[in-house]
Amino acid sequence: MSQSSQDLSFPVQPSSSATSERRTWLIACGAVGGVAAAATAVPLLTSMAPAEKARSAGAPVEVDIGDIPPGGLKTVEWRGKPVWIVRRTPEMLASLEKIEPQLADPKSDRTAFPTPTYAKNRHRSIKPEFLVTVGICTHLGCSPVSKFETGNQPGLGADWQGGYFCPCHGSNFDHAGRVFANKPAPDNLEIPRHMYLSDTRIVVGKDEKGEA
Amino acid sequence: MASEKNVTTTGLLGWIDTRFPLTKLYKEHLSEYYAPKNFNFFYFFGSLAMVVLALQIITGIFLTMHYKPDASLNAAGVPVAFASVEYIMREVPFGWLIRYMHSTGASAFFVVVYLHMWRGLIYGSYRSPRELIWIFGCAIFLCLMAEAFFGYLLPWGQMSYWGAQVIVNLFSAVPLIGPDLSVWIRGDFVVGDATLNRFFAFHVIAIPLVLVGLVAAHIIALHEVGSNNPDGVEIKKNKNADGIPLDGIPFHPYYSVHDILGIAGFLILFCAVVFFAPELGGYFLEFNNFIPADPLVTPPHIAPVWYFTPFYSMLRAVTDLFTWVMVASAGLGALAVLRARWPLVVKAGALAALLVLAVTFRVFDAKFWGVVIMGGAVVILFFLPWLDHSPVKSIRYRPNWHKALYMVFLVNFFILGYLGVLPPFPFGQAYSLVGTVFYFAFFALMPIWSRIGDFKPVPERVTFKPH
Repeated sequence: MSQSSQDLSFPVQPSSSATSERRTWLIACGAVGGVAAAATAVPLLTSMAPAEKARSAGAPVEVDIGDIPPGGLKTVEWRGKPVWIVRRTPEMLASLEKIEPQLADPKSDRTAFPTPTYAKNRHRSIKPEFLVTVGICTHLGCSPVSKFETGNQPGLGADWQGGYFCPCHGSNFDHAGRVFANKPAPDNLEIPRHMYLSDTRIVVGKDEKGEA
Repeated sequence: MASEKNVTTTGLLGWIDTRFPLTKLYKEHLSEYYAPKNFNFFYFFGSLAMVVLALQIITGIFLTMHYKPDASLNAAGVPVAFASVEYIMREVPFGWLIRYMHSTGASAFFVVVYLHMWRGLIYGSYRSPRELIWIFGCAIFLCLMAEAFFGYLLPWGQMSYWGAQVIVNLFSAVPLIGPDLSVWIRGDFVVGDATLNRFFAFHVIAIPLVLVGLVAAHIIALHEVGSNNPDGVEIKKNKNADGIPLDGIPFHPYYSVHDILGIAGFLILFCAVVFFAPELGGYFLEFNNFIPADPLVTPPHIAPVWYFTPFYSMLRAVTDLFTWVMVASAGLGALAVLRARWPLVVKAGALAALLVLAVTFRVFDAKFWGVVIMGGAVVILFFLPWLDHSPVKSIRYRPNWHKALYMVFLVNFFILGYLGVLPPFPFGQAYSLVGTVFYFAFFALMPIWSRIGDFKPVPERVTFKPH
């Protein structure tokens, strides 16, 4: 009994070639085992991605805009986010040209939130009167508040022409949702795909080219 | 075999000791762990942090018995998670007490940990051979921030929701992968039920496990090298014939009893808050969080809880203007490289790296750099052991202007914290910019300024006056 266990045990001092061969196999096994262990992380990490159910939610939303008074704002929920429909007065529209030198991206050329071609204009909308925009700041996702009153106000400066103010980090936007320069937010407010079904009805999340 | 082990204890203890190093552990970590005898007030906060950790784990276990991580609306139209917290407050016997202990404990944790870190900072407790203690400690601080952030979403109030929205969106600022990364973190395109469930998992199991492991590593590393002290003198340099440090006293009973006094004092303050001011004027529990989460309306003023506000101020300070400041600091770095006595190849490489960096400062959005600055403010702490080149450890033997500089650093941190509570305003924005630059300059230039000045002679033994 003791004889056989003696035979099975490793030599106390393996020769150097045996050690290096053993080391090679250890490294090879370790590497292959490590890859297998890392591969098990894939299903775990992938499980955290949005489920198909969450992906498919987000149908276009129809909105009646006939009841918005001039200078009024209506909020609807689309894909869990607030979408504003604003009926702008002529004064609000007139301010858009005045403040243009203070803006970061007056022509909406940046592509992080691509502006649909029909809204790539000064008023950033199909009809100048109605602005349709996602009410989520492009900085860190707070919902800005409307500051339509003009004039000196805290955080907005002395010659405020009206627009939107993000209470979280102080970005402000004009009446077309364009961001002012030197503010934390890099982009103008997102203009979702939208189209008119009639003069008083729009659909958000869909246009002639398809769904967003 | 057990018989090979030399055990001096007998009876039940002897039986255990032959199978488990109970007496050995007790001696190494308590009765024969020699700590310097000159500990002062600041040395209460390590053991207090342990107490608060235990408090948070115990109260947390009882809260999970009643809390429901569910964002769907109940029959009354209130989110289930929000309603379950109200249920704990109103229906569960002593539920209000358990929850207030947990919510106050979160703030108390940061109070004691900030004081503990300040202690390490001024007495040079991160210097060799204690670098790993400091690094484990910084990792604990990071875990604590994650733990607090994940936990803050659970009540599913307005501040919970919009706080999580802002912080998760920080990750969307990462170039290229950012938007996908933030969707992956949320598990949805907006903060929703999937986000709440996973944050619950992180808060109650994932982060606490890591945290407890790091605390164990922190203490094992500490007991390996021994505690620093307010004089920054190594007590192991002066030992008696038995190899016991002359200025050391056994942790138990001397510091165990001493720490009980600290715990008593702490509990008086803690209970005062829990019973008389659990919201602490909106600083510990923010008023907007008593409104259920509404994805369509951000509260008019959102701010993180007080312990995040210094870093939040730094985040807000980074606008387009700040990226020019960063370009300017890269320029200063280039000047320093030009003056350095390095081989030409190294110099050219360093200059090229700085140039690339300066270009990226302008190419990527300020939003991204805001995130980097906020993260960097914590990450830079990890490097402290290699930034400090002063010939003495403790602030006691440093030049007076060093003491003044540390006070300016502290006051600046407080001001940044206070500004982070307030809504943004022009002067606050301007100060945050200067304050952020100071915070980073304090650390980045430490290899230079920490050597300069007239240092006082460090005594051979610790200074201690028996009472």
